[in-house]
Amino acid sequence: MSEPELPSPAATLEAESPNQQTERRRMILNMGPQHPSTHGVLRVVLELDGETVVSARPDIGFLHTGIEKECEEKTWQQVVTLTDRVDYLANLSNNLCYALAVEKLLNAEDAIPQAVKWMRVLLCELTRINSHCVWLGTHALDIGAMTVFFYCFREREDLLRIFEMFSGQRLMTSYIRPGGLALEPPRGWDKAVRRFIDAFSDKVDEYEDLLDKNPIWLRRTQGVGYVPLEELLDWGATGPMIRAAGIPWDIRKDEPYSDYDKFDFAVPTRTENDVWARYRIRMEEFRQSAKIVKQALDGMPGGPWQADLPRVTLPDREKMKTQMEALIYHFKIVTEGMRVPAGEAYQCIESPRGEIGYYVVSNGGNKPHRVFMRTPSFGNLQSLPVMIEGKLIADTIAAMGSMDFVLGDVDR
Amino acid sequence: MISDELRENPVIAALEARDSAALADAVLHAGQLALFVDPEKILDVCRFLKDEKQYTRLSGITAVDWFPMEPRFEVVYLLHSIERRGERLRLKCRVAGDKPGIDSVTSIWRGANWYEREVFDLFGITFRGHPDLTRIMMPDQWEGHPLRKDFPVYGLKYTYKDE
Repeated sequence: MSEPELPSPAATLEAESPNQQTERRRMILNMGPQHPSTHGVLRVVLELDGETVVSARPDIGFLHTGIEKECEEKTWQQVVTLTDRVDYLANLSNNLCYALAVEKLLNAEDAIPQAVKWMRVLLCELTRINSHCVWLGTHALDIGAMTVFFYCFREREDLLRIFEMFSGQRLMTSYIRPGGLALEPPRGWDKAVRRFIDAFSDKVDEYEDLLDKNPIWLRRTQGVGYVPLEELLDWGATGPMIRAAGIPWDIRKDEPYSDYDKFDFAVPTRTENDVWARYRIRMEEFRQSAKIVKQALDGMPGGPWQADLPRVTLPDREKMKTQMEALIYHFKIVTEGMRVPAGEAYQCIESPRGEIGYYVVSNGGNKPHRVFMRTPSFGNLQSLPVMIEGKLIADTIAAMGSMDFVLGDVDR
Repeated sequence: MISDELRENPVIAALEARDSAALADAVLHAGQLALFVDPEKILDVCRFLKDEKQYTRLSGITAVDWFPMEPRFEVVYLLHSIERRGERLRLKCRVAGDKPGIDSVTSIWRGANWYEREVFDLFGITFRGHPDLTRIMMPDQWEGHPLRKDFPVYGLKYTYKDE
């Protein structure tokens, strides 16, 4: 057996050189998984012709932690802590969506006190502000405007202190649970929230001062990342991406949950459908969220902070000292968890990124049979290739930033 | 069997009038409508619902494993209509556990692409006609399908003893 003959280096060069002249060589570039502007561990395989992206293929799964599998092993109450970790920038929205889905299965929607509903709305809107702050800071940083990051994280810090005040946790709050809230709202919470929200509209003006007339920002965002609306819908994009393309679709308005129909707010839309429009939409959402928080603060009803459902919510500590039943229910819930009637429900809410949906299946036991998380980032990220193919590689960064995806939300 | 009350629902009535064998069952639970569709006809039903009934958006595709029952899997399609103010519909197809497979709906909604890849990856259900049916979450060389009920939560291969 003779060895296969290797072509000499000179021969290879000769063979390639005419090829280079007739057809420009394409380059495969791996963007990520450790690229700073992918905000997590996303790998995008880019095929480049010079500076132009010929094709893009997002490669996900680096952050897959099997949360949906884990949910099937935890009791209904324990799953709440896992929902925090899906979208770690909008954890309270995830808590709420899961809680609403379970309450639907329990047929307990009418038992939820109004104070709980309003507090949930208030917290979810604060979460939206928090998430948009992180988005704006990092998005501007990607494009080269560094200062905005510090301004946004200043407000984020205030918000995290408020969340810590409520739940004892800055990030993984697990504060909204099936049947109500985890703890009674702390003393003086309303003062802290009011101090923040009164000062916040000036802060939004500050962000806009930094960006709205910045020529570099305008050139990097206007007309970039355009995708026709039909394609966006076809690929499953939701939330601000759709509103920036002209459809006033907001689940808070279309399918009101948790008393959102009692609040007065507008759904901002734009028609440009580019990175700039998505930026403007989120800036308007800052203001609308602040408006909702103010309404919730002014009209916060009094009353219990969890539903009167002995098999679902933990009993009052004082009752446990005097009533046998309360002690038994406490023991049952803590040791084996609550039981949820067999059935299935799909609940969706409007998260800062779009449609979060929890499809929850129960077989009547104390653990979920299946929890499917329809996450907004997963759907939004699918439209990345159509957004950047044929455009410049530098615009890839701007387009990716405008989608506002969280990799924990994509990979779960 | 579909109850008479549900037969009056316009979507069910239209589907029944079109093809009486397409629907196996319909359930209204917690105010949400779920239709059990014959897996052979899922492509046809989805196209009809999108073109004629304004269910223009596909919210997601997932599956449920009912091991050890047969047919083992349920493939679930979450449909949504923006035009009709957030009306939602759930389609379910029962798929047998032995070499499970169903037609891909990527020709109707391109966004089905990743959802079907995810179901393929985590449940091992094949989607016929999918343009790129590869693993999406797990590594390419992974064995087994983690969201199946007979896949242990703490993995198959590795134990602390190995370390």
